[in-house]
Amino acid sequence: MNGGLYTQLLDLACGLFLLAAVLVLWVRELAVIVRIFALQGIALAALAVLLGAHEQRWDLIGVGIGIGLLRAGVLPYLMRRALAAITADRQRYGTAVAESRETQPLVNVAASLLTAALLTLLAYAVARPLTELNPTPATRALPVGLAVVLIGFFVLVTRRRALAQVVGFLLLDNGITATAFLATSGVPLIVELGVSFDVLLAVLVLQILTTRMREAFGTTDIDDLRELHD
Amino acid sequence: MNAVGYTAVAGQIVAVTAGAPLLTGWMRQVRARLEGRAGAGVLQPWRDARKLLRKEPITPAGTGPAFRAAPALLVATTVVTAALVPLLSTDTPVSGHADLIVVVSLIALGTLALALAGLDTGTAFGGMGASREMTVAALVEPTILLSVFALSIPAGTTNIPAIVTGAVDEPARLASPAGLLAVAALAVAVLAETGRIPVDNPSTHLELTMIHEAMVLEYAGPDLALVELGAQMRLTLLLGLLSSLFVPWGIATTGSWAALAVALVLLAAKLVLLGAVLAAAEVFWAKVRLFRVPELLAGSFLLALLAVTASYFLTGAS
Repeated sequence: MNGGLYTQLLDLACGLFLLAAVLVLWVRELAVIVRIFALQGIALAALAVLLGAHEQRWDLIGVGIGIGLLRAGVLPYLMRRALAAITADRQRYGTAVAESRETQPLVNVAASLLTAALLTLLAYAVARPLTELNPTPATRALPVGLAVVLIGFFVLVTRRRALAQVVGFLLLDNGITATAFLATSGVPLIVELGVSFDVLLAVLVLQILTTRMREAFGTTDIDDLRELHD
Repeated sequence: MNAVGYTAVAGQIVAVTAGAPLLTGWMRQVRARLEGRAGAGVLQPWRDARKLLRKEPITPAGTGPAFRAAPALLVATTVVTAALVPLLSTDTPVSGHADLIVVVSLIALGTLALALAGLDTGTAFGGMGASREMTVAALVEPTILLSVFALSIPAGTTNIPAIVTGAVDEPARLASPAGLLAVAALAVAVLAETGRIPVDNPSTHLELTMIHEAMVLEYAGPDLALVELGAQMRLTLLLGLLSSLFVPWGIATTGSWAALAVALVLLAAKLVLLGAVLAAAEVFWAKVRLFRVPELLAGSFLLALLAVTASYFLTGAS
């Protein structure tokens, strides 16, 4: 693949990846958040496939396709099912709308957008010494991965709905994967498989937890989880 | 070359001044047709202006010079900006002065003049509109600056004609993530600055929601005609700036008559297309609640900031 086109496509994939993370902070509808997360999965898969095609490593392309299937297909499907279960249950009480939206995040949307801007700048500042070690187009995009990790953390601490928290956790994981790809041009296949199964398992467990929470409290607001019972 | 350059500047001023009411009329017409109405015709804003200009000038009792100077100042700043911004040609006698910061501050000066006029009337609506307009402006100006900075980093200058010339030579700059984010940010900022629908509704006088209309409620006659012309010119100018920055093809970069003629035709075509798209989008959008407006503008500010940072770490084909 020719160098200029590769760089441009890589940049576009990275830009889309970062934009998706920011949009998760911007919108309130949980269904839309899940769709944006799927879009980010596609961007991440494109990133891996591009790197693989550039270095002509077929295993990396395979990993990319696997990531695409998992993060743009399976995980959004699971989350959509959990969301449908939550809202269908609440429909009877007429509170489905409250349950399917992130109405009251701990930090309001405008402030969290500005925080995301600061986090991106922070990621850029932190990654600069790393990039200077070996400035290629891929390592230069390293701040994107770090910024998504930080934004994922931010979503985790400020959002209240259990599903939004799951998305935050997955954003964090997407960011880590992207950083691994950009910094080391891909981790070995076996490690990536392990991580992917780990994430899948975590989402399944969280889905069950969400369902249990809804049964116990009638809502998925994690503020209700105040104390531990045996 | 000089004659062509001066003609280009004059052409830009005339195109913006004469074209602005036509663009507004065209947008209203598109909107009316989409809503199933016949519409008043493209020339209606000109007819309105003629009717207003024939009336006797009246100013409310107790208003001072800020109120009287504002319409003229609004139109004057817009005319100067129209002369500076490369709408038709990047090779004009004034293109050396067309710095981004000058252009943004001229636009801000017009906004400020109108807000002062709104305060000067001493009515509740004027003050309310002025305060809202300043809230929006405080968020919009940095967004415009930042989103154009994202484009000025690859060009290495904040001179707008130089940015446009660079983009014509290297279209790859615009297809980069920085370019795309900057388009989105600047588009939202332009909508907010010109008081279009997600931020303000230009066609209502509902006291709870209006921003721009609240400031100009006290104007009548020729002053009102000037204020409306100024608002229409700002819309035309900012849409023209948007198209110059992101669809720069066709703008004359050399001093030849043929290129200038082509540029004029293409500018009209771009504005007509952009206006139609905007009017069609407005049919499907609802106005955002006033307290949600800062959220929208913070989002567009973030996009602009991301565009600037992205142009550092995603530096395209190098």
